Amino acid sequence: MKRITLLGLAAITGSLVFWTANAKPVTYSLPDETAAFKPGPNLDVVQANCGGCHSADYLSTQPQGEKFKKDFWQAEVTKMIAVYGAPIADADAPKIVDYLTVTY
Amino acid sequence: MAAALPFKAFADAVTLPFANGERPLVKYPQKRPMIGLTARPPQLETPFSVFNESVVTPNDAFFVRYHLADIPLQIDPDAHTIQIKGMVDNPLTLKMADLKRMPSMEVVAVNQCSGNSRGFSEPRVAGGQLGHGAMGNARWRGVPLKAVLALAGVQNDARQVVFNGLDTAVLEKTPDFVKALEIAHANDGEVMLAYQMNGQDLPMLNGFPVRLVVPGYYGTYWIKHLSDITVIGTVFDGFWMKSAYRIPYNDCACVEPGTPPKVTVPIGRFNVRSFITSLADGAKVKAGPQSLKGIAFDGGTGIARVDVSTDDGKTWTRATLGADLGKYSFRAWTHRVRLPAGSHVLKVRATSKDGKAQLDKALFNPSGYMRNVIETYNVTAA
Repeated sequence: MKRITLLGLAAITGSLVFWTANAKPVTYSLPDETAAFKPGPNLDVVQANCGGCHSADYLSTQPQGEKFKKDFWQAEVTKMIAVYGAPIADADAPKIVDYLTVTY
Repeated sequence: MAAALPFKAFADAVTLPFANGERPLVKYPQKRPMIGLTARPPQLETPFSVFNESVVTPNDAFFVRYHLADIPLQIDPDAHTIQIKGMVDNPLTLKMADLKRMPSMEVVAVNQCSGNSRGFSEPRVAGGQLGHGAMGNARWRGVPLKAVLALAGVQNDARQVVFNGLDTAVLEKTPDFVKALEIAHANDGEVMLAYQMNGQDLPMLNGFPVRLVVPGYYGTYWIKHLSDITVIGTVFDGFWMKSAYRIPYNDCACVEPGTPPKVTVPIGRFNVRSFITSLADGAKVKAGPQSLKGIAFDGGTGIARVDVSTDDGKTWTRATLGADLGKYSFRAWTHRVRLPAGSHVLKVRATSKDGKAQLDKALFNPSGYMRNVIETYNVTAA
């Protein structure tokens, strides 16, 4: 790719004003993650498969109650695999669904 | 759950007024304590009381929404570049200094998450369970996208412009967060590359050093840490356009619960909304005269009127609109009412300049997008 920027801009503004660069690199520190996956069946499978991409509060803040049990969580786990490419082994997917259904 | 005392604060937590609405108040650099929805990637909601402080939302209270967890935590603004490529005559690499040399523009515009207020959806739906705080109003300064595209020279058969930022996914297989606008929209002179927010550099979590600002459109298009602009001759088919952030293709963007939408389109402009900011649902106030205060906004026609009811919607009186900061801004409003001792049901309804008014019944769609029902505030005067 050509870097024609300066020429192009100079043509537009009619003059080549030197931009004084005085900004510094900005470093950002995220606070420590405190939310943890709640204890439940297959917790180790959940920690191994889910925690790489998102924190535990993605689960704990979802709607709860009778309408948000196995079907709801099965759909979420399927989405993680099919849409977001989570490398969850076939044997692990039902274990994760069970954990989510029982725990949240 | 007990009757709503919204945003009831315990030392370091709040309870949003829906089931499972307990949230920590979290402290991030460059931010005041915010309602923590998720930690990784970070999603922070603005405490609603902020909207009563000023019509422009301070940078340190502006909401944060990422989709993917590999977010940039170190950026050298002098080294940051934006590539303009694809169907252009002169592919460009712009540095921040190049952008800042170009003629700049300013707009006061609301940014709102598509899923703002999703936690109130009935029935509840999956997704970020947000209260009303995934919105904010800022004065953005930057360069019109149109000017940048003109520099690059868009070719005649261009169809869409595709935007990517530095934030990306942890896994290679996860679709990167990439969004697209129609070429005419990209060239409307309003879409901009913003490097300032309320007179300051953008906070890191709001897209430092430059983000796309798409006035009137949901935040999903406002790509943060903007790094790539690609002009294409087709309709972009990435996941975040083709499958996600889509709404039912009808006038209300709604369906009956349990009914999948037949046809969907990418989400677009905001619908009209309004809120009382001077009191919360469940508030106890002194009986007698009351000064109510709030905000209203829409997707860019501007606010024509705001009406207030103190009798559960039976009768309405017109509020006084505040200063007009532009058609994309929050519009402040005030209204004097008298609340005798007892219980009252307050409502606020905005009408936009294209004649659209908020409705009594909440619109439902499976993603919980675009909530704009008339808000109700149960108040006790004593």
